[in-house]
Amino acid sequence: MKPTFGIVTFPGSNCDYDAYYAVKKILDYEAQFIWHKEKSFNGIDAIILPGGFSYGDYLRTGAIAKFSPIMEHVINFAEKGGIILGICNGFQILLESGLLPGTMQVNESLKFVCKDIYLKVENRDTPFTNKIESDTIKIPIKHGEGNYYTDVKTVTELEKNGQIVFRYASKNGKVSNQFNPNGSISNIAGIMNTRKNVMGLMPHPENACDPVLRKTDGQLIFKSIAQSLFN
Amino acid sequence: MFKATVIVKRRPKILDPQGKAAEQGAKLLGFNNVSGTRIGKYIEFNIDTNDEKAAEKEVKEYSEKLLSNPIMEDFEYRLEKVK
Repeated sequence: MKPTFGIVTFPGSNCDYDAYYAVKKILDYEAQFIWHKEKSFNGIDAIILPGGFSYGDYLRTGAIAKFSPIMEHVINFAEKGGIILGICNGFQILLESGLLPGTMQVNESLKFVCKDIYLKVENRDTPFTNKIESDTIKIPIKHGEGNYYTDVKTVTELEKNGQIVFRYASKNGKVSNQFNPNGSISNIAGIMNTRKNVMGLMPHPENACDPVLRKTDGQLIFKSIAQSLFN
Repeated sequence: MFKATVIVKRRPKILDPQGKAAEQGAKLLGFNNVSGTRIGKYIEFNIDTNDEKAAEKEVKEYSEKLLSNPIMEDFEYRLEKVK
């Protein structure tokens, strides 16, 4: 069976087609766009909140998107255990919506960073990582506000519950400041909720799927989701 | 009608990369006495009611739910009767 991914398009989303292309054309799953003004969606197995600059990043990244009509249904979907992957701006929207703890700040360098980085896989027992066998995966980042921040107590909780899914690391999986592209606390690149059905990820797996780009590690995240849906 | 003015500030302990960058610029310009630069937001709007308590409630809720992020920001506001 093929899973159907629903990709929410907000005004200012710009990675929605990248996600569609990766899921539908490269991985041969079903995919459909969901306009942010929709009041419902049906037949969707997993939701992707794509990257971009929803509402021009006005006020704070993701701050206004959380009030889009579709978000109420996205939150309901999460509460029913539906799988949600928020990528980059999608991660920022998940934070603003309260589906994940913490917040994003401007990169420590104040620069927009666009490059391939390595992620250490900290938890394999999740719907997002079950197909990953290697210690690290290589996928690109492209953001100006990916400096994840929360208080030390919350970081300890995240750590204890296995909610930290990915950390910025070296190719061999060494986690240190040197490999942190944005200053995020504890090198965090991706976290999930305690129920393990909602993940926010700053890097872009959809941009590391097409073999023509000579990097395909991003496929593993979508394959993991598919695996978790039908097993 | 009331005119509301809201100032959103980052909490003192939270890193402010923009403030830090502005301060580096200040040093380059020779403002050697400048320190502790923090950048926040200034927002103003009208509230169409004559009931001060209602206006206060609205400005607080608007600030809490949208204008500020309670995880890292505090806000202060001023209400001024106009017309």
